[in-house]
Amino acid sequence: MINNMLGQTVRIEAADPKHDGDKTTSKYALTVEDLNAWYGNLMVIQNISMGIGAQRITALIGPSGCGKSTFIRCLNRMHEVSEGGRVTGRVFMDGQDIYAPQVDPVSIRRRIGMVFQRASVFPTMSIFGNVASGISLARFWSRRRDLKDVVERSLRKAALWEEVKDKLDQPGASLSGGQQQRLCIARAIAIEPEIILMDEPCSALDPISTLRIEELMLELKKDYTVVIVTHNMQQAARVSAWTGFMLLGQLIEYAPTKEVFTVPKDKRTEDYITGRFG
Amino acid sequence: MNELSGYFRRKQFSRLMLVLCGIATAVVILVLIFILGYTLVNGISYLSLDFITQPSKPVGEVGGGMRDDIYGTFILVGLASIIALPVGLMAGIFLAEFAGPKAASAIRFAADILAGVPSIIVGVFAYAILVRPMHTYSALSAGVALAIIMIPVVARTAEESLRLVPNSQREAALALGISRWRITLGVIVPGAVTGIVTGIMLAVARIAGETAPLIFTALGSAFGVQGLAEPIGALPLQIYRYALSPYSDWQQQAWAAAFLLIILVLGINISVRLVSSRRQK
Amino acid sequence: MTVKSNTASTVWARVGDKIFSRLTLFFSVLMAAILIALLIALGIDAWPAIQKFGLSFITSIEWDPVNEVFGALPAIYGTLLSSLIGLIIAVPISLGSAIFLSELAPDWMRRPCSFLIEMLAAIPSVIIGLWGLYVMVPFIRNPIEIWLGSNLGFLPLFSGPPFGVGFLSAGIILAIMVIPIITAISREAIVAVPVTQREAMLALGATRWEMITRAVLPYCRSGLMGGVILGLGRALGETMAVTMVIGNGYVLSPSLFSPGATIASKVASEFNEASGDLYIGSLIELALVLFAITLLVNIIARLLVWRTVSVRGTGE
Repeated sequence: MINNMLGQTVRIEAADPKHDGDKTTSKYALTVEDLNAWYGNLMVIQNISMGIGAQRITALIGPSGCGKSTFIRCLNRMHEVSEGGRVTGRVFMDGQDIYAPQVDPVSIRRRIGMVFQRASVFPTMSIFGNVASGISLARFWSRRRDLKDVVERSLRKAALWEEVKDKLDQPGASLSGGQQQRLCIARAIAIEPEIILMDEPCSALDPISTLRIEELMLELKKDYTVVIVTHNMQQAARVSAWTGFMLLGQLIEYAPTKEVFTVPKDKRTEDYITGRFG
Repeated sequence: MNELSGYFRRKQFSRLMLVLCGIATAVVILVLIFILGYTLVNGISYLSLDFITQPSKPVGEVGGGMRDDIYGTFILVGLASIIALPVGLMAGIFLAEFAGPKAASAIRFAADILAGVPSIIVGVFAYAILVRPMHTYSALSAGVALAIIMIPVVARTAEESLRLVPNSQREAALALGISRWRITLGVIVPGAVTGIVTGIMLAVARIAGETAPLIFTALGSAFGVQGLAEPIGALPLQIYRYALSPYSDWQQQAWAAAFLLIILVLGINISVRLVSSRRQK
Repeated sequence: MTVKSNTASTVWARVGDKIFSRLTLFFSVLMAAILIALLIALGIDAWPAIQKFGLSFITSIEWDPVNEVFGALPAIYGTLLSSLIGLIIAVPISLGSAIFLSELAPDWMRRPCSFLIEMLAAIPSVIIGLWGLYVMVPFIRNPIEIWLGSNLGFLPLFSGPPFGVGFLSAGIILAIMVIPIITAISREAIVAVPVTQREAMLALGATRWEMITRAVLPYCRSGLMGGVILGLGRALGETMAVTMVIGNGYVLSPSLFSPGATIASKVASEFNEASGDLYIGSLIELALVLFAITLLVNIIARLLVWRTVSVRGTGE
């Protein structure tokens, strides 16, 4: 284990010379090296390398179509599920390349959870069933009794427990939009991932629901590494520790959030942040 | 001036043709009402308790009913469903969830062609592969014949219903690190269940009324339901036999049987459609 | 600990995935294999007849179980003739209904009318045959055939005694059975025509009927053709209703009043009484001929219908 940790540390330093200015955390949850991604013949991610710090929120911003959603989907091997989706490069987690041939994408996705733009509640399942689905569908058989604790814990972490504790057997689709999104977060937490990826989780929500999710994210970063894709710069500024700006499939700038929003190094970042762009 | 009167004539002609289209529709619906009305009115007048509760009687004896044939129809439909559902559903799942574009279009094509094979040919096929080698007409061979008719219908409706489940559901489940087959059975199939059941019910309604494939597989039985390896009676088969018989009491029984069969088949069709149209709203 | 259970469950998931997808593939292939099995099984059982009669099976008009001489021509003729009559009646009525239901009918009428026409398709063929035999056939004989015979009897088409049962009745019954199919597919094809096509034609000063015949129908013609050919496929193989009203003759008569047979009706009505490999083999060869014809027709229809669907896909 210790060996492993050491190996990992060495690898990161070697792999990520560009961003070694990051002194705030010593540990990366994910290290991306030379990542490229395609849809069919169209290259949508070009040569991205970055380290994603553990137990903090990393935000990715950029105009729509810049590849930020594709990029985040590469982090838990979801991009290859899309039609024509193809990835090259390496993404290290605990010193292990998740794109190595012997690695099963299913096991990666159990360690790196994901929340989508549109709340994708399973309409045929109850609230309870939705939260428990990641566990119950990975086992042959599971009793409700065994799942109860996990469901309650996950719903509490997702700040939804108080609202739904009396109606766990109602269909998940009966909740409001914001509640559904928190239900999806609870569902992602239930399988106890180490990292949670959020792909524009608030873009379909009203301001009040958005605020609640933002508060929730700040809560979640105590236990998890969170990566969020957003088109809302204020959101990135409010919640994230580090921010990456993407444009046309490239990572233009990646630095502590404060620096990105106050003293951007790149002209294109500045243009985007000051609204002269897209 | 000339042009105007020409336009007037064209307009008259247009109106005439449109009226004819309306008449065509009315004719079709009238034919339906004639067939349904005549069968229902005629059939119900010959329907009796004996008809449902008594076995058939030999030629010359008055009375009797179609108890065994009604029973036989349910057995055949059940047997066909047991054979066809696994094949049809799994093929539907393959088409919607696992097949690459080329494999999908090949299998889909085969399903559509199989659905278009005349049912009597399916009956001849069942005769060739089961009746002949076993040296006996049997419920089993009839069940297989009906199952072959049912399979492509179930497969295609299952495929279409599964495709209606949004992709976001698949992605969400994948992102939870669930395996494909558990996603399919635990998330996708439950999401498509109304459509799948609708397809199955319509297929059942269709095979319940099939006659041609039964003539030389089920054959009909004067001794009730005896077993899967024995000949068996069926309602539509008995309608055919009795309708072509010269005895008026048998013809009357044919009408009564037609009444029952039409209630069964249209009952399934109408209820399925009511449920699915309510769901659409 | 967690890592270990994780890998165990993923191995299991991977194996499960493999087994399950193979299983679905297996059943799909099984479904497709039925088609091939059909061809092989019919071929084997028809072999005695194929060997004995060769090509003359298709060209001979004799059907003599006593001397074991069998020819299919009258049955093939009857199949084509009854389907042709069926289509001649069904196509205009179906197109008319499809146009009415998609272009003209007020909204409240569309659903119930389409529903009723679908119900017509759902009625089992044996019941349509029963109705045809006892209700329609007497009406066809008198007045229709008697009137046609006395006024147009000089045409070979309407010559001979009016039996009621025969090619004409079979054709009309087939029309009733294929109308719902052709109507449903045509209606779908017509509905799929973009509004812009209609508006462009109306803007040129066309009447509604001209818009339909010059813009709408040409645009979706391959879909319409597909529907008609699909209906033809159904008519060629339709068995019970036809068997009950065609009268079981076996002749090559030009008269529509003549009792005749189709391939399907011949097989249905004689199979149980047939004895001997050659007789049964001949009936199975008949089935094989029908299989070949319907296969061809259905393949053409599918290709046509699929093409419209893909056109529709890119159009929207």
